[in-house]
Amino acid sequence: MATEKNLKLFKRGFKDGIPIGLGYFSVGFTFGLQAVAFGLPLWAPVLISMTNVTSAGQFAGLSIICALGTLVEMALAQLIINMRYALMSLSLSQKFDDTVRLRDRFLIAFVNTDEVFAVAAGRPGTVGRLYMFGLITAPYFGWALGTLLGAGVGDFLPQSLASALGIAIYGMFLAIIIPPAKQNHAIVVAIAVAVGLSCLFNWLPLLQNIGSGFVIIICTVVAAAVAALLFPVKEVAADAD
Amino acid sequence: MPTNAQILLYVLVMAGVTYLIRLLPLVCFRKKITNVFVQSFLYYVPYAVLGAMTVPAIFSSTGYLASAVCGLLAAIFFAYKEKSLLYVAVAASAVVFVAERVIEFFV
Repeated sequence: MATEKNLKLFKRGFKDGIPIGLGYFSVGFTFGLQAVAFGLPLWAPVLISMTNVTSAGQFAGLSIICALGTLVEMALAQLIINMRYALMSLSLSQKFDDTVRLRDRFLIAFVNTDEVFAVAAGRPGTVGRLYMFGLITAPYFGWALGTLLGAGVGDFLPQSLASALGIAIYGMFLAIIIPPAKQNHAIVVAIAVAVGLSCLFNWLPLLQNIGSGFVIIICTVVAAAVAALLFPVKEVAADAD
Repeated sequence: MPTNAQILLYVLVMAGVTYLIRLLPLVCFRKKITNVFVQSFLYYVPYAVLGAMTVPAIFSSTGYLASAVCGLLAAIFFAYKEKSLLYVAVAASAVVFVAERVIEFFV
């Protein structure tokens, strides 16, 4: 009886994770494609996806690897870009019921992405360990398999297609940031400051020599701090996407 | 290009830092962040980071500057229409593909 109920909890989580998994498959595909286009061996993006499970952090990491940036640069870039997960993990820890043991938290933390967090946070009441295990299954394997396939076909892609697909990740980034910016002017300010600074670093002679990882960190910290000072928000954990 | 050993070292740092960020709050902290500035800062981080990563890198992501501009405009248009991530990515790529065939026809 107990196992039947357990299976049901896992299944419900798994079902909720399927749309996330499908989305991750396509983003992972682009990540694999991009990594191989940069000249990395096939195993590298697959290993990155299976150990990191984060989109923006991985894409930033990719450019640092290919630019042979320092390990400090890499660690700081990941820290800044992925710092938002700390808030999500914090919020999620309040959401767990008492079936979630300490060792379960080690596994759930590994796949606590924006979308997994959003779905779990959106559930009424508390969530248990089996629901969480079900929820993270499809996103994790969708991400890994998508990366493998993207990296696999990257070698066979004609130049004309590879060139066109080069813009795909940026299209996705815009699809993430533009819809919420329509309703929230503060987000527009954050994006505008970040973009403006990023262009300055790219085009001003003196600033061009700074590593790309640090540029992303500086732009992000300054833009987020400016927006936070001008437009402080309360109770943001639930709708952070 | 990095060697295999270098790649492994990079991946180790990436994965380690990312995992610790996710893990530590989940096992250590039980109280919510109440500092409004920190809360707000973390809220704006994803938008700032994706904006900084997209512009100006998007302009050199394709074969020609002109095709990248066409792709950027298409991406902004479809993102504004709230199409899915996949839809926007594929539409921008398709516009770039067509733009580059047109460019190569005339050049």
